[in-house]
Amino acid sequence: MTKKELQMKSVFLRKNLLKYIYKAKAGHTGGSLSCVDTLNVLYNRVLNVEPSNFRDPSRDRYIQSKGHCVEALFVTLADRGFFPESDLETLCQYQSHYIGHPTKKVNGVEQNTGALGHGLSICVGEAIAAKLDHKTHRVFTLLGDGELPEGSNWEAFLSASHYKLDNLYAILDNNKQQITGYNKEVMNIDSIREKLESFGWAVKEIDGHNLEELEGALNNGPFETGKPNFIIAHTIKGKGVSYMEGVTKWHHGVPTPEQYELALSELTEAEALI
Amino acid sequence: MELDKIEEKDLKMGKANQEVFSITLQELAETNKDIIAVTSDSRGSGKLVPFGQKYPNQIVEVGIAEQNLVGVAAGLASAGKNVFAVSPACFLSARALEQIKNDVCYSDNPVTLVGISAGVSYGALGTTHHSLHDYAVLRAINNITILAPADNFETEQAVRLAAQHDKPIYMRFGKKTMPFLNENNKTFEFGKGRVIRDGDDIAIIASGETVYPAWLAAKKLEDDHDIKATVISMHTIKPLDLNLIENLAKNGRPIIIVEEHMVTGGLGEACASHLFQHGFKNPFQIIGIPDEYTVTGSQVEIFNHYGISKEGIYKTCKKMLNI
Ligand SMILES: Cc1ncc(C[n+]2csc(CCOP(=O)(O)OP(=O)(O)O)c2C)c(N)n1
Ligand SMILES: [Mg+2]
Repeated sequence: MTKKELQMKSVFLRKNLLKYIYKAKAGHTGGSLSCVDTLNVLYNRVLNVEPSNFRDPSRDRYIQSKGHCVEALFVTLADRGFFPESDLETLCQYQSHYIGHPTKKVNGVEQNTGALGHGLSICVGEAIAAKLDHKTHRVFTLLGDGELPEGSNWEAFLSASHYKLDNLYAILDNNKQQITGYNKEVMNIDSIREKLESFGWAVKEIDGHNLEELEGALNNGPFETGKPNFIIAHTIKGKGVSYMEGVTKWHHGVPTPEQYELALSELTEAEALI
Repeated sequence: MELDKIEEKDLKMGKANQEVFSITLQELAETNKDIIAVTSDSRGSGKLVPFGQKYPNQIVEVGIAEQNLVGVAAGLASAGKNVFAVSPACFLSARALEQIKNDVCYSDNPVTLVGISAGVSYGALGTTHHSLHDYAVLRAINNITILAPADNFETEQAVRLAAQHDKPIYMRFGKKTMPFLNENNKTFEFGKGRVIRDGDDIAIIASGETVYPAWLAAKKLEDDHDIKATVISMHTIKPLDLNLIENLAKNGRPIIIVEEHMVTGGLGEACASHLFQHGFKNPFQIIGIPDEYTVTGSQVEIFNHYGISKEGIYKTCKKMLNI
């Protein structure tokens, strides 16, 4: 896939996740739009994971700790052929496996997440097991910035550096917002870089909507031998739809028909500029 | 009872119980400056945004950190504050369980834990967001009152009483609009089930948002078969109203429990245990969520799937009455 095709893919995934949120009349719109570039790069440039090797113990692992942004994950997995996209027509319907959080009933999903503050600890376990078994695959997780105050994350930060898990990559979708508003007002997590460095992690800061920077960081680890990798991806909540960007209520807002059309036309315009 | 004459269409609809919780707390907070709401990025779902705007000094936000929420609430309570710790029931009663057990109950700090969007209110968000275990785990902890008010009246009373209570409380609310159930019965006391409807043929004991479908089923039994069913809102899961349960059982009628909870460890098993230990042999059935991977869907779809509905309860009652 060329650089241009990858950029087009991001627009396609944005349109698609909006489509299924719109149809299901439910979903985590803002946070899906902020992390979908990361997912695009992970599944199309970084992870050694595809439908054919999904049961292979040596595959790379991706566990989405901010499980509420499942729509970004589902459209990415569908696009990579883990299941037919038409399955998503049943999103959030009675007896559908495609619910509002990732579950293993969906092909391609590693763990059932949705309660925040679980993904990183599971990844620490996966990463320790990889080391014990002398395997070279990598383990990735995606954290929300509002999720960081969960104490379990800090327990996991300690164990990851204690066990020198340089095969572990934690990506922070740093969109600066959560349900109630800005992280700063809800629970300040400033100086993340310093905090993580003092916990023994190697930290990189990137523009989380710049696909090259994402690929550069995710494919060039470990940043320091013997240290777990932390990527602060600076992002914008609602990225790509002007009226959603940085607007708190779009955390789980569902567009009206007019808003939906407007979002699609904005994305089509963006596509034309690529 | 007069309520028996009320038709379904005449039921007065109120608000969601969790909204009434927030309105009542605001009223109390106006005069009682010791009232503090503690939230974990949960003020939106807890309907506490207006509370926070009106009383910025009476709300403590801890961010997404439910264990910290309960610990902080315990400290505030110990220092004399009148604390309501508000978070989705699923996280509050699972994530923060050790803080509830040790810092609230064991250390006897009078926190009111408010579990919002309880049971399967979050529907298609799935099992991470369901609280079908909260009665069970909290029943097994000493020194806590467990409440699941059925309607707006019970909710308001529960919140007002909680503000005066000096012991740990857990109360859970859903987000569905509820009708007023038996407006004639103006009594509300912790530990005393509320009679919503009276009848000798069968007794339906329900709690929280399941009382409404229980009432509808009772109505239909009367309309279709002239069966007279008692409906109880067992708003206090612990301590359980043992007198009432025994009185209901005395005439030998079938007893049905309806709950938005796993059958394991819930209200039904609590009733069964007491009745069995006291020699009662009534036909007995629990309608709740079975021990399986919970079906996916909205709250209504999950309820219908497991028979926690007017039709489902009606059918179970008929089966038990052999009609
Ligand atoms: C343990 C837990 N507590 C609370 C929630 C409810 N919740 C879902 S999303 C969310 C806000 C998340 O904010 P953030 O991590 O910044 O996500 P993003 O901005 O990327 O959407 C909250 C509080 C949850 N899912 N899990
Ligand atoms: Mg965020």
